[in-house]
Amino acid sequence: MTTTAQAVAGRAPVFAARGLEKVYRVGEIAVPALRGVDLDLYEGELVVLLGPSGSGKSTLLNVLGGLDVPTAGTVTWRDHDLANPDERLLTRYRRDHVGFVFQLYNLVPSLTARENVALAAEIAEHPLDPADALARVGLAARVDHFPSQLSGGEQQRVAIARAIVKRPDVLLCDEPTGALDVQTGRLVLSVLERVNRELGTTTVIITHNAAIAAMADRVISMRDGRIVREERNAHRAPPEALAW
Amino acid sequence: MVRALDRKVLRDLRAHAGQAVAIAVLLACAVTTLVGSVATARALERSQARYYAEHRFAHVFAAARRAPEGIAARIAALPGVAEVETRVASSATVERPAGGPPASARILSLPPGGARVNVPYLRAGSGLDPDRTDQVLVSEGFALANQLRPGDRLGVVVNGKRQVLRIAGVALSPEFVYAIRPGDLFPDDRAYGILWTSRAGLAAAADLEGAFDEVAVLLAPGAREADVIAGIDRLLAPYGGLGAHGRDRNVSHRFLSDELAQLRAMAALVPAIFLGVAAFVVSVVLSRLVTTQRQQIGALEALGYGARAIALHYAKLVSIIALAGGALGAIGGIALGRAFARSYADFYRLPVLAFEGEAGVVVVAVLVALAAALAGSLGAVRRAVRIAPAEAMRPEPPASYRPTLLERAGLFRPLSPAARMIARDVARRPIRALLSAAGLACAVAILVVAWFAADAMDLILEQQLVVAQRQDLTVTFTDAVAPAGALELRSLPGVRAVEGFRAVPVTLRRGHRSYRTALTGVDPGADLTRLVTADGRVVPLPPAGLVLSAKLGELLHAAPGDRVEIEVLEGRRRTGPLTVALLVDDLLGVQATLSRRALADFLGEGDLLSGAQLSVDPAALDVVQARLRERPRVAGTTARAASVAAFRSLVAGFILAYMAALGALGAVIAAGVVYNAARVTWAERARELATLRVLGFTRAEIWRVLAGEIGVHAALGIPAGCALGLGFVGWTAARASTDLYRIPAEISAATFVRAALLILAATAAVLLAATRWVRRADLLDVLKSKE
Repeated sequence: MTTTAQAVAGRAPVFAARGLEKVYRVGEIAVPALRGVDLDLYEGELVVLLGPSGSGKSTLLNVLGGLDVPTAGTVTWRDHDLANPDERLLTRYRRDHVGFVFQLYNLVPSLTARENVALAAEIAEHPLDPADALARVGLAARVDHFPSQLSGGEQQRVAIARAIVKRPDVLLCDEPTGALDVQTGRLVLSVLERVNRELGTTTVIITHNAAIAAMADRVISMRDGRIVREERNAHRAPPEALAW
Repeated sequence: MVRALDRKVLRDLRAHAGQAVAIAVLLACAVTTLVGSVATARALERSQARYYAEHRFAHVFAAARRAPEGIAARIAALPGVAEVETRVASSATVERPAGGPPASARILSLPPGGARVNVPYLRAGSGLDPDRTDQVLVSEGFALANQLRPGDRLGVVVNGKRQVLRIAGVALSPEFVYAIRPGDLFPDDRAYGILWTSRAGLAAAADLEGAFDEVAVLLAPGAREADVIAGIDRLLAPYGGLGAHGRDRNVSHRFLSDELAQLRAMAALVPAIFLGVAAFVVSVVLSRLVTTQRQQIGALEALGYGARAIALHYAKLVSIIALAGGALGAIGGIALGRAFARSYADFYRLPVLAFEGEAGVVVVAVLVALAAALAGSLGAVRRAVRIAPAEAMRPEPPASYRPTLLERAGLFRPLSPAARMIARDVARRPIRALLSAAGLACAVAILVVAWFAADAMDLILEQQLVVAQRQDLTVTFTDAVAPAGALELRSLPGVRAVEGFRAVPVTLRRGHRSYRTALTGVDPGADLTRLVTADGRVVPLPPAGLVLSAKLGELLHAAPGDRVEIEVLEGRRRTGPLTVALLVDDLLGVQATLSRRALADFLGEGDLLSGAQLSVDPAALDVVQARLRERPRVAGTTARAASVAAFRSLVAGFILAYMAALGALGAVIAAGVVYNAARVTWAERARELATLRVLGFTRAEIWRVLAGEIGVHAALGIPAGCALGLGFVGWTAARASTDLYRIPAEISAATFVRAALLILAATAAVLLAATRWVRRADLLDVLKSKE
């Protein structure tokens, strides 16, 4: 699997995971979420991580994003050891390199769109101008609105702007269209696609919606904590053309 | 079987144990202070009443120069008089067996058959043997301070005659609960005491055989005191009557009664603050709980639980907390009341302490605490039952924010987004922020009031003893002497300066108002005793005219330019008017002062001195006192340092305990308020703070958002608390203005700083604990949960 991916991409992987395992303890029961995952991700790739709920895809994303550490195995992003549970190093990694987009947006309700974006810009080394980030997601006219004054799709685009404003190396999206209707979902996906294309940000989108897979460079399918299939799309379908 | 909904009460309690405990502690403090202070006040009132009744404390007192014993029967015949007892009373000089300067005392006769009015309470030894004239009872404070025991011998000089008396017993009297030498500013048990001896012996010494100079009267129920006083004045006028008066002019009774009045005021104030703060905390915590349990409430309603059942459910939760706090408070209150009543009783040497369990007070206090907690929960419970089930089961819509007025004015522009989060949250719920700040303000105010007590004592002592009265020794002569007799004291080695004074007892009258005090003549240039105002300004003594303490002017309704009638109570008993030149707002006692020459003119006498103020080299103090004692014309000496030290040690322990108790209460309020504010803020912001963590904010940065909001409360609350403290102090000072002392409404900067620092420390301690919540928070859990 690794060899195929390398051969196709012809580049060195930025993420490298080997024998990744994660076991959660729920009360007295041990629940395995990842059971030996090997994975490489390459710079500038747009990857869709596909799987039903409970397949381990969110756990994998959280490990890649430095929100969680594996129980066993190794995982690195360039020279960062993401299996090291040192909270300060992980915070540093998230701060400098990772942008997150969640299903539930997680905007700060007391801050306007611009301020939500500025929140991330202020702790970054070389951020975009927050207004520019919002313009990229098509919200130039809504910068001074509070979350409660924005639709779900608009809120999710603010969340994307907040994720990209710090020019992250990696953009990790957990079911970004899960709470949106089809039309709004397409709009959000096209924003993600454009960011990936224009800024060259390595992008991972988690979804249980197989229709989204067509927009990816690569599609990785998971089930029961394991990677069960990996496909490469010859052409990335434009998000506007997706239907579900 | 416990019903399912009641199990939820218990589980909710366990889940919010920290906040439940904080509320219970606040309510416990309210109940403790309420029960404690009411129980103390009641115990003291009962003890005072019982002591007065059992020891037959007189209702009316009168003094005369020398009245024939036969007058007693005519006083007894006055309508309303139930019991009359005459006595011989004199001042005395007492040689201390342990050496050192002699003490002074008031020596009173007891009738051969035993006292029927103002009956002494025997603490040790035995009563006087009616057949002997060489026995004496000694007041307990004096006995303890001078290590006197029954059987000891005591040299006593009365009217210039020295006698050696044997101490038969140690006693207390309702008349001298607070024993202070007339004209003194503080009680000093070492230097002043009360002695009781046989009528025959004392009458012989004082040349009052077959006569009396004091009379005490018990009134019959329903008698009019004013009529009896007028009747006695009429009967004693021909014998040099000095004016009869009721208990209200008895210094000891006044001190005790003033103390009780202050205790009752505190009994209302402090618990009210705690109850208010507790009610507020309950309202915040329960509002939050109802918000998080919105969906559960909807589900309960969908199952068929009615509004009443849901309201009752939350009321039960609050009641359990309130009753637990109340029970804890009741135990604490009884213990506090017992300890306080005990220390008051010790301070005033009350022989009986009628402390009772005060079950009624406990029940009322616990009910009041319960009512405050339920009142605090009202808003949240009402909101809970108003939620429509279908709406309740949907997650709550995102909170609406809009730009605040301040921000439209451009004030927020320089703020970081994190600072804006804090500012908008405060602006969105201003009432909650203000109430939280008000809770902290109350805590600061309590501390300011507590420490003000020490400030006030320091200020009074400083003003009175460092600025106004700077002598090291006060010497009084047995009779008035010519100035040369005093000035020769200058020749004693170690004496640096001598300033003579003349003092005579007088009654000041203006219209129907009168006041008995000493009229003191001093030299206008006197440097050792000066007139000093409350703010520490030294006022020169005018060459002519009377200078009165402002309080005395107020009592007599006399202003500068008014004439006051003076009635001298010794010598030729001159009467005549003097014009008030000046009022001075001094702090201790009340004084009437004029220049020595003007007093001599008024008295129609030559240049005479009653005593002298001495400035003495501290190293030579003991030697100078010993040399003074050898002089026959010296009646007594008072060392200022010793009396100040005695006063300080008397009050210091008391004030320290009071400050410690109030300080602890203030810290509890602050910690309770801050803990709950931080808890609720944390719960409400958990989701956005977790988002910030995901964005790469460090734990310290997250904590700063949390601490920042609490910091805003503290920044509002602490200055407000200082202002509130100033208000309380002004109120206390206004109530405590009597002719015995005035409390200056001045608080030192250090007190404000200390109060602010203690509250900041309590706040910091809670916020430090909050770092643990930040550390333990599970990012993923928070982000995935819908609320």
